[in-house]
Amino acid sequence: MAAPLGTGAFTEETGQEKQDTQEKDKSIPPERAEEAKLKAKYPNLGQKPGGSDFLMKRLQKGQKYFDSGDYNMAKAKMKNKQLPSAGPDKNLVTGDHIPTPQDLPQRKSSLVTSKLAG
Amino acid sequence: FLGAGGGNDIQWCFSQVKGAVDDDVAEADIISTVEFNHSGELLATGDKGGRVVIFQQEQENKTQSHSRGEYNVYSTFQSHEPEFDYLKSLEIEEKINKIRWLPQKNAAQFLLSTNDKTIKLWKISERDKRPEGYNLKEEDGRYRDPTTVTTLRVPVFRPMDLMVEASPRRIFANAHTYHINSISINSDYETYLSADDLRINLWHLEITDRSFNIVDIKPANMEELTEVITAAEFHPNSCSTFVYSSSKGTIRLCDMRASALCDRHSKLFEEPEDPSNRSFFSEIISSISDVKFSHSGRYMMTRDYLSVKIWDLNMENRPVETYQVHEYLRSKLCSLYENDCIFDKFECCWNGSDRQVEFLSLCTSGSYNNFFRMFDRNTKRDITLEASRENNKPRTVLKPRKVCASGKRKKDEISVDSLDFNKKILHTAWHPKENIIAVATTNNLYIFQDKMN
Repeated sequence: MAAPLGTGAFTEETGQEKQDTQEKDKSIPPERAEEAKLKAKYPNLGQKPGGSDFLMKRLQKGQKYFDSGDYNMAKAKMKNKQLPSAGPDKNLVTGDHIPTPQDLPQRKSSLVTSKLAG
Repeated sequence: FLGAGGGNDIQWCFSQVKGAVDDDVAEADIISTVEFNHSGELLATGDKGGRVVIFQQEQENKTQSHSRGEYNVYSTFQSHEPEFDYLKSLEIEEKINKIRWLPQKNAAQFLLSTNDKTIKLWKISERDKRPEGYNLKEEDGRYRDPTTVTTLRVPVFRPMDLMVEASPRRIFANAHTYHINSISINSDYETYLSADDLRINLWHLEITDRSFNIVDIKPANMEELTEVITAAEFHPNSCSTFVYSSSKGTIRLCDMRASALCDRHSKLFEEPEDPSNRSFFSEIISSISDVKFSHSGRYMMTRDYLSVKIWDLNMENRPVETYQVHEYLRSKLCSLYENDCIFDKFECCWNGSDRQVEFLSLCTSGSYNNFFRMFDRNTKRDITLEASRENNKPRTVLKPRKVCASGKRKKDEISVDSLDFNKKILHTAWHPKENIIAVATTNNLYIFQDKMN
């Protein structure tokens, strides 16, 4: 249904007098209530959510870091020892961690026919 | 609701479903784009694995007056491969972001398909005869001993089983630093645009080593970046006009006759925001994920996270209509932000145009739980339907679905908390002439048609 500008489900509920515990939430727009929930969980969340940090992350999608020099030197130094392996978050390969071939995602092309064509 | 019968209401029925039944979805099988060609005879899908599958509609059987032709596999090929840009240390996904068909000019079909960085022009052609009777070669290709040739004959073409071949005719590469989100073919059928997060380029279909930059919103200092381009499209009739949408919920209309670089818009479409309603989520949910011109070019439809808006090109300060897709999600934004669903990019589409007057138009867009929504601009009615293998028998009218936002859930309603947010319908397409729609769930393609009586 075509809705008036800039409003949400909230507008249907103003003016009602109810006894239940949800009454105090009805004076806060649902979006603000959700925002409060988020800020309670993540108090350090930046002030400008749509700003630079968030957009920069979008622009940097796909960025992986691999320094072959570091890798080969580490391999040479630690011939007999185990190379430090990736932590749980394998996608963030930066800093002290020396990436190993096992850590880098497989770049095999898909030779299998799509199941839509099956 | 639409489908409840009477008048011009469309009654949607299940027609076909393509793809694997199993729940364990391989990433490569995730459908990333769906597009009918200009006649509606062909339907193309692209997936995360870089593959394109094209379906062809069967010729209508005169005796089977109860259903339109079914869509069967016509061709499938690997359009894009994964790449690694070693210089920038950047992984380039093979996922097909968009497919756009060229209008048919000869026996072959042409389409543009794009991943994040490279656009390719594919030629799909049929071969149904082959030459036979060569003098120096056997039928299997082996060369004959010339000394055994005693007579000469003229090779002739004989029929063979239909073979459909796809070949890349042009590769348009190295023009985008950021990720391509849109391609749009101009009404001149000679040029097309490609848009990434910060720039839009104009290409000629014949020329691959040159591209003109027509929009550049990259700030000199990246710290000042406040918005990105989310979608772009050429006007259907005016070859110098195009629009692009942004992550801040604005649409800019540009005219290429005004200047070579269209950084200054001719029109800016933006709905004023009520500052008292502003929250952390406001900008994120206002980001436009798709923009589509109507067939006449008088209107455009935009999709943001919660709604579909119709804009009249003559009025910049607000949309003429707004339709709520799933308003009940407004009170779930916190969890939708945490599970990243708030960043899902839903597309939208208009109904086909043939024989229909503009004001009878319908709009379609997807939601979660494999639900999709349809809005009738004329009657202002809307309906929620589900793409599911259960309860879907051919020629049985689809049952409308209803989501219960809060309070008492009625029978057959589903509560917001029971919705499956992994089952998203991001891509839908409407046949250009008939009431046939293609709806993509995660890895399946559903085709629905209206009930023919």
